[in-house]
Amino acid sequence: MEALTDLVSALVLILNFIVVPGLSYGSQLALGALGITLVFGILRFANFAHGDTMAFGTMTTILVTWWLQAQGISLGPLPTALLALPVGILFTVLLLVITDKTVYRYYRHHKAVPVTFMIASMGVMFMTNGIVRFVIGPNDQRFLDGERFIVRARDFKAMTGLDEGLSIKVSQGLTIVIAIILVALLFWFLQKTRTGKAMRAYSDNEDLALLSGVDPDRVVLVTWIITAILATIAGTLYGLDKSFKPFTYLQLLLPMFAAAIVGGIGNPIGAILGGYVIAFSEVMVTYAYKKVFIYLLPQSLEPEGLMQLLSTDYKFAVSFVILVLVLLVRPTGILRGKVL
Amino acid sequence: MTNTRKTQLAFATIAGLLLIIGFAQSWNVSLGILNLCLISAVMALGVNMQWGYAGLLNVGVMGFAALGGVSAVLVSQAPVVEAWNASWGRMLIAAICFAGTVAGAIFTYRKLAPGRNRNLALTLVIVVGLALTRIFLDPAISSIEAIEPAKTGFLGGMGLPIILSWIFGGVVAAGIAWCIGKVALGLRADYLAIATLGISEIIIAVLKNEDWLTRGVKNVTGLSRPVPYEIDLQTSPWFIDLIRWWHGSTLDRLTDDAQQQALKQFVIDGSSIFVKLCYTGLFATVLVIVLWLSVRALNSPWGRMMRAIRDNEIAAGAMGKDVTRRHLEIFIIGSAVIGVAGAMLTTLDGQFTPTSYQPLRFTFLIWVMVIVGGSGNNMGSVLGGFLIWLVWIEAEPVGVWLMQVGTGWLDESSALRMHLIENAQHMRLFFMGLVLLLVLRFSPGGILPEVVRKR
Repeated sequence: MEALTDLVSALVLILNFIVVPGLSYGSQLALGALGITLVFGILRFANFAHGDTMAFGTMTTILVTWWLQAQGISLGPLPTALLALPVGILFTVLLLVITDKTVYRYYRHHKAVPVTFMIASMGVMFMTNGIVRFVIGPNDQRFLDGERFIVRARDFKAMTGLDEGLSIKVSQGLTIVIAIILVALLFWFLQKTRTGKAMRAYSDNEDLALLSGVDPDRVVLVTWIITAILATIAGTLYGLDKSFKPFTYLQLLLPMFAAAIVGGIGNPIGAILGGYVIAFSEVMVTYAYKKVFIYLLPQSLEPEGLMQLLSTDYKFAVSFVILVLVLLVRPTGILRGKVL
Repeated sequence: MTNTRKTQLAFATIAGLLLIIGFAQSWNVSLGILNLCLISAVMALGVNMQWGYAGLLNVGVMGFAALGGVSAVLVSQAPVVEAWNASWGRMLIAAICFAGTVAGAIFTYRKLAPGRNRNLALTLVIVVGLALTRIFLDPAISSIEAIEPAKTGFLGGMGLPIILSWIFGGVVAAGIAWCIGKVALGLRADYLAIATLGISEIIIAVLKNEDWLTRGVKNVTGLSRPVPYEIDLQTSPWFIDLIRWWHGSTLDRLTDDAQQQALKQFVIDGSSIFVKLCYTGLFATVLVIVLWLSVRALNSPWGRMMRAIRDNEIAAGAMGKDVTRRHLEIFIIGSAVIGVAGAMLTTLDGQFTPTSYQPLRFTFLIWVMVIVGGSGNNMGSVLGGFLIWLVWIEAEPVGVWLMQVGTGWLDESSALRMHLIENAQHMRLFFMGLVLLLVLRFSPGGILPEVVRKR
């Protein structure tokens, strides 16, 4: 009997410290990476400004959330930010469409090489970053309200009688549910609608798509709109889960690039897969397995150290190592994406 | 307007701006900006070699600058003898294990045929090797970090004059660039950019967390200096005499008492300006040497070959040029120059703080310098380094001032006005982006475009 409890305790530990955080962080990365991969597939450049697009979307959402909170409007147990999301998305769409009209369209019409687009996106990154810091400042902002937890560690222990608790935050639950809905919608859109098919055709072979009467301006416009939606939602969910700070969003750029490339860039399914691969490796490599082994192994074999592969400080570095390895070993990614 | 005239005009403008800052704010500020301009110019030259000559997109500038910075620590700090005594045996074994792992991995990779067996063997060699290394390294690290963690807690350096670190920094950066280039240079431009961005973050992560080597986030402060200290100058007779001579006419007009007071103040001000001037001299020397070498290299057959490779890799390859080798060469040289600049920067700061390395400041800003100044043109990069650094620093006070004037119609205590003035400094990021986009769009060659010599 004791052996069974130990086994279950070990599983709960893994669930609590690896599976739940990994799933929610992975979903946030996947949504971000989807935006990068769409821009890469259709506009054919690596968008350095994506992290700051997320920050911009989150910022507008936060401002609207604060306004709603001041009006006394709330969603009960759910965070008010959900109500503010559509407005945030609207502003982000506006931002992306304006940058496209003023910056990227010129290079597209002049058939510039991808590198030029990339350098231009660095300029856009600077400008967006400047706007975000100017409006909301460089500091941490919290905007989470409503219930904090779906399952509390204490309640879980009382309910099951185990020594280990399991806690699931509302933000984590929300992230996973919203990610599933969004991804389902995106795939329905890409597979079933006329515009979605046009986008896939354009991404696959630009010249052929143009020959068959696909309107390139429309495809580009829709791509930016979808990117704005994904980026705003991903950014807001990340902000609800952790906290909002402009600099963190710039740092998120690399794990998202990693996710997009690891999965196979230009391939939406790859982006999602990549998001989870990156998130789980970050969490798994830096988790200290000592307690798990204590539960699983007989007393005589108990480990002395923390049983940690890498210290937690290297969390971000893990995704870069995976990124670099994949770039070197299999640049097309796990599910063959494009190589530019 | 010819390019030479344009160059002269541009640099005259920069000099004029520095003079205005000197008169309007203070000479201390002006010289401080000039010193960082010189360092930025060297860094921009390094990036220009990679991007302008050879078309290599290195977005890992920050990593190489940080390697230069850590070399300043490793060269100039006194060695911590207790730490060495406590750990040298285990360190040695760990180093041998690590070297063995690398050698074993390379051997396995070369000797076995590609396929699943090779992958398995390679993984096995690396995992076993790294585990062995850590068995010896972990206790060594804890014994090092246990020794006076508040003061040292690391191995220290070589105790040499810090100016040698400028060379050492270049060598370290070149060594790491060789490793990176060996594996990453086969990638297409966009992928290389993302890979180097990732690698630079890894370098920073290592510098932040390997306390035994760099003290990590505990920082290393009080690095030695290649120039005299202000406090020593203020008590040296020759320096006081120099100041007295310099301000002679002003001092003569004063009474004895006031003369003493004024002289004291002049000496204090003068000492910090003198120190800054010493740095300016050193940095300017480095810049001139690097610039001279770059100009010579770019105009040599080697430079022509580089540009030929940049403009058409396939054609250059068909002419028998070894494209991969040349790319590796220029990647190493450019990174070494960035490393030198990084070491200079840490020397100027007098401290090594790994958290201060942020991609916006150390990678993307340097890129703005190169693009705005003129990629492929050495003078252009130097100009970009000067101009962009000047704008970057001065945008802050000017932005705040503009905001104050612009919001003059608002109430003194209005929340909006306070917010705008408080956050005005962040507009410089916006402004940098705008400048980059405008130059890229309307003058893609930069302010001083590349000169193509007709033959």
